[in-house]
Amino acid sequence: MKAVVIGCGRVGSAIALQLAAEGWDVTCLDEKEEALNRLGAGWRGGFVVGHGMDIEVLREAGIEDADAAVVATDGDNTNIVIGQVVQKRYGIECVVVRVLDPLRADFYAKRGMRTVCPTQTAVSVMTDAVRACDIRPLEPTGAA
Amino acid sequence: MYVIVAGGGKVGKSVTRSLVDMGHEVTLVEQRRDRYTQLEEEFGHVAMIGDATEIGVLERAGIARPPDLVLAVTGDDEDNLVISQIAREGYGVEKVVARVNDPRNQQHFDLLGITQTICATSGILGLVEHEVPEHGLIRLLELRREGLEVVEVQVEPDSPSAGKTVGELDLPDGSRLISVMRDGRALVAVGSTVLTPGDQLLAILQPGKEDELRKALIRA
Repeated sequence: MKAVVIGCGRVGSAIALQLAAEGWDVTCLDEKEEALNRLGAGWRGGFVVGHGMDIEVLREAGIEDADAAVVATDGDNTNIVIGQVVQKRYGIECVVVRVLDPLRADFYAKRGMRTVCPTQTAVSVMTDAVRACDIRPLEPTGAA
Repeated sequence: MYVIVAGGGKVGKSVTRSLVDMGHEVTLVEQRRDRYTQLEEEFGHVAMIGDATEIGVLERAGIARPPDLVLAVTGDDEDNLVISQIAREGYGVEKVVARVNDPRNQQHFDLLGITQTICATSGILGLVEHEVPEHGLIRLLELRREGLEVVEVQVEPDSPSAGKTVGELDLPDGSRLISVMRDGRALVAVGSTVLTPGDQLLAILQPGKEDELRKALIRA
């Protein structure tokens, strides 16, 4: 199975390494060549330098026969557009897109995009963490 | 009418100025503080600070009314695409015009159904082409949504169409000659009109038929 990871930052690179460890054939794409360093010296997958909006760059990364695409550049709107292009132009069904803004993530999720919103996740997890704290309730007044 | 202009750079600012002068109600959204401060000096409450790709900002700008027209004219193509989609699909804005900064991104706008676009670079290239025609065929108008374009072609002495009547031409399906410009006068092209070298022909055709039309008129 082949995956293309667009945006090889902290998130993209970690996903790429994880998928590769699970046996996927992974190619990463990033504007900066230094991003390759995030994948470590043992990286055996592909790496292409360029912008994910560029059709030629996407092709070079092997988008045409990819089974899955992960879009995690540092721009919400860039991710949203690339996600749709990859989905519609190349008919890839499994396209996972990072969108930091919860409202935009929700808007596009309702239109059939697999958006992942780390902000929303952080809100839920942190709220749960507060709820899970063992805080004794205040002593009822007048009890003593 | 009510217009939301997203992006207060040179384009957004000039368009806003014209719209306000014409008496339209406008909200101009700009996210950069330095630009906003200048815009507010000129336009007062018409200017608003915020990222127009954020749904909350668009709502404060009145996207839910909805406006008669949204102009997505920031310097960022992805932003313009997202603004257009939210306006059209989220709030039912009927007229959305998006600016394409990099002509290579035009295909993305087309793919995602944002059909009303303007691209200064392509426009300038079109003008250059008009002055220095390289392929003998000049695109004058492109109606993407309607699948129609208007082109201009000049008949040369060695063109296969020279000396023929319009009726004798083997034009591709979906194309038609509109008029013949000769000695500074336009003649309506009818079947019996004879084409002569130097004639400038106006034709309508479906996009993609340019090569066939070129072959039929100017290159055998």
